[in-house]
Amino acid sequence: MLLLLTLAGCGGSQNTLNPHSHPAADIANLFWVMMAVSFGGLALITGLLVFAWVRRGRRGFGADPDDPHPGERPSWFVVVGMGVVFPLMVVIALFVVGNGVIISSTQAPAASSTAMTVDAIGHQWYWAFRYPGTKAVTAGELHIPVRTRVNLVATTADVIHSFWVPELNRKVDTIPGRQNRILLYANTPGVFRGQCAEYCGLQHAHMGMLVIVQSKAQFRTWLAKQSAPAAAPTTALARHGEQIFLDGPCASCHAIRGTSARGFVGPDLTHLASRTTLAGLTIPNRADYLARWIVDSQHFKPGNQMPDFNLSQRQVHALVAYLEGLK
Amino acid sequence: MWQSRPGVLGWVMTTDHKRIGLLYFWTTLVLFGAGGAEALIIRTQLIQPNQHVVGPSTYDQLFTMHGITMIFFFIIPMTTGAFGNYLLPLMLGARDMAFPRMNALSFWIFLGSGIFIYTSLFLGIAPNAGWFDYVPLANAKFDPGHAIDFYCLGIIFNGISSSLTAANFIVTILKMRAPGMSFNRMPLFCFAFLAASWGLLFALPSLTADTIFLFLDRNVGTHFFDVAKGGSTLLWQHLFWIFGHPEVYILIVPAFGIATEIIPAFTQRRVVAFPLVAVAELLVVFIGFGVWAHHMFATGMPTVTVVFFAAATAVVVIPSTIQVFAWCMTFVTGNARFKTPLLFIAGFIFMFVAGGLTGIMFLAVPFDQQVTDTYFVIAHFHYIIFGAAVFPIFGGMYFWFPKVTGKLYFELPGQISFWLIFLGTNLLFFPMHIVGLEGMPRRNYTYPSGLGWGPENLAETIGSYITTVGIVVLLANLLVSYFRGLPAGPDPWHGATLEWTIPSPPPEYNFAVIPKVSSAYANWDYADREEDRRKLAEGVMVLEQGHEQPVSSPVDGWWAEIVEMPHDSPWPILLAVAMSIVFVLLLLHLWMGFCFALAGILLVLLGWHGEEPQEREA
Repeated sequence: MLLLLTLAGCGGSQNTLNPHSHPAADIANLFWVMMAVSFGGLALITGLLVFAWVRRGRRGFGADPDDPHPGERPSWFVVVGMGVVFPLMVVIALFVVGNGVIISSTQAPAASSTAMTVDAIGHQWYWAFRYPGTKAVTAGELHIPVRTRVNLVATTADVIHSFWVPELNRKVDTIPGRQNRILLYANTPGVFRGQCAEYCGLQHAHMGMLVIVQSKAQFRTWLAKQSAPAAAPTTALARHGEQIFLDGPCASCHAIRGTSARGFVGPDLTHLASRTTLAGLTIPNRADYLARWIVDSQHFKPGNQMPDFNLSQRQVHALVAYLEGLK
Repeated sequence: MWQSRPGVLGWVMTTDHKRIGLLYFWTTLVLFGAGGAEALIIRTQLIQPNQHVVGPSTYDQLFTMHGITMIFFFIIPMTTGAFGNYLLPLMLGARDMAFPRMNALSFWIFLGSGIFIYTSLFLGIAPNAGWFDYVPLANAKFDPGHAIDFYCLGIIFNGISSSLTAANFIVTILKMRAPGMSFNRMPLFCFAFLAASWGLLFALPSLTADTIFLFLDRNVGTHFFDVAKGGSTLLWQHLFWIFGHPEVYILIVPAFGIATEIIPAFTQRRVVAFPLVAVAELLVVFIGFGVWAHHMFATGMPTVTVVFFAAATAVVVIPSTIQVFAWCMTFVTGNARFKTPLLFIAGFIFMFVAGGLTGIMFLAVPFDQQVTDTYFVIAHFHYIIFGAAVFPIFGGMYFWFPKVTGKLYFELPGQISFWLIFLGTNLLFFPMHIVGLEGMPRRNYTYPSGLGWGPENLAETIGSYITTVGIVVLLANLLVSYFRGLPAGPDPWHGATLEWTIPSPPPEYNFAVIPKVSSAYANWDYADREEDRRKLAEGVMVLEQGHEQPVSSPVDGWWAEIVEMPHDSPWPILLAVAMSIVFVLLLLHLWMGFCFALAGILLVLLGWHGEEPQEREA
């Protein structure tokens, strides 16, 4: 069990200080500067306290009627200088750099400046992705071409989620009835992990996603394949699996394009076998895990919207054969 | 001079601000224990990846209740209810609060609301949508059942108590100051409580409106937050944070007040730049009302809105830095004695500066949008709330222990408790910065391995255990000291304010003679204290007829009149019981019973107003 979950965690990190785009790099660089200044400020205050500790009991003034305010005048200079003037300068500088300069690379991009648009739709508890202009729909794993300005439109099917892939850009919430946008851009091909950042209920912890950045040619091939309807089952077992899927409860929640399954509660499964993970990065997409997921998804992701089904081992076997054929 | 009624009835019917303060203290301490236990379970769950100490449903209830408890049922009632109630009249030179029976009422309502909301946890249906309870997750559609109804009603119920306390404090500070205590002679502690009380009074209506809207949406079918019917989910967030950010200052400004009493006592020096600090205490709350939307930078507000609130956030930095440097310069220019209370204040300054510096980082909107809702934010606000609010509470517990009990605490265990808590909290909260930057979002009941979050979480959990040990040492020290401590005398620290001029523990009437005040550090004005003793001996300004109390003009503190204060009364607790019944009936949707219970409240109010405040014949 532990090993299995360890595997599921693999595939990309989500470290804000390991940026792979210019917006994320701008934010990370800003952080390093702010951190250095902050440690300076903390050291200054700690120094004053330690200084007082070193000199403890050294001077016996204070309530002494002769001099009730020792050092009051110089102290006023410190309070006004270090407490008003200096922080004001620091804060104004930070304000100008953060909200005048860096914000231009992290705010919602002008739609005309982007090469393509992707819709990210938050669901309890997975991410669905659509590519407007094509029929492609996928879940949990978002593919984008490298060094391309992508206009990401974040919306929700239910509650507030937050789309966040820290190594590529800041986060943006999905608000019911609204469309929020950010720029998605990656300098290099690779796999970058993201996760829902706004608490969205029981399985908020298992609402991960991968952004798979590919070369432009690879991406075009991938998108063309994803836009096509599902592959027909080739073996007898898989055909039996398709029958179970379409006749049973599966089709009421899941869609498989090219079949009669048009549910929209759960993820679109048209090209399920082309993904590497399942259930919002909870488990790897392998036949054995898929079989256990179908029988006992509540064990992996308690509270998720898929009930446990009373299927025979043979039925599960057939279903898995069918789903694993959906390349 | 008057005496309290003996026995349990004396406590149930009391209107003595000191007894009410102690009732608040014990109640909030129990609730602190509950909130702490919730935090320990959370930390144990997160000690390593993929733990299953509790399931997601329990975990969600635990972190929600932890937040609600620590904010609404520990820090506010501990600082205002316990410290404010006990100490404000003593520092102002008054014999009681302006409205003693309302004071008792606010405690009993607080107790009722605490029992109300904790009932939900014992039933296993505690609020589970986080302490800021965003809709639509908190709507009936996504959260059916009673959990969120407990939240709405519990928050409204608790808010009544806090509003009463705040109004009472404001009138007390404005009207009950000893003659001669003009504003410039009022202790900084009182400025802090004045600021926090105004904050509570103006911030709470927004939260109350918000929770009423949600309760109506859930139970009556209104559509305040229903986007499909023309409502707005962001309306909830705006109304919540219009309360929620001032709330942060309401939590920490009283702690600033505690710090500004402990620092003079242990440095034997008046606080540097007194007028600046007093104004800064008021300003920080005032400006705090203009920054709420910085909690919502990731919601996709227009850039110009976002930048405006970032600018307001920048401005609120200044009153805080003024105070920090004033405290530090008082340390430096005074004669610091690092006894336990001052250690806690030094620790508080360190924690507040650390948390404040990360707070300044959030005014860079892109950085805020990157780390909001991660453990970086958790680190930031725990440095502020634990470091800047709870450290002074601990320091204050040591500082005023001799005044309240008449006994001295033990110094060595006191210092040990400080170092355990200081090192424990830093081990607990510092790694949260790192793990947040590494991408760990908040409110996850578990997390995968392979993302490098394990070591930080392990350290945090160990830190939480060390902190717990430190708190246990602190409480044990105070408990043992209560029974075994040396007698403290009236003024063990050579404190600066009026509470140190009277015996420990203070008598029911606080001041046998109405004290003369000619500075904010009244206990250091030896000539005035000498004059008080002379007046007492001669029987001048003693006011020994019943519950008499002078009332002063609000600004100058001139003698205005002498009023007769109410004494023990059964009506506050009866009214609180009637109100508790109303809230339970609302929860259960028993609308007819609800109407009858409202009538019951009116009857109790009739009784309340039927009894005139008169002293028993001596």
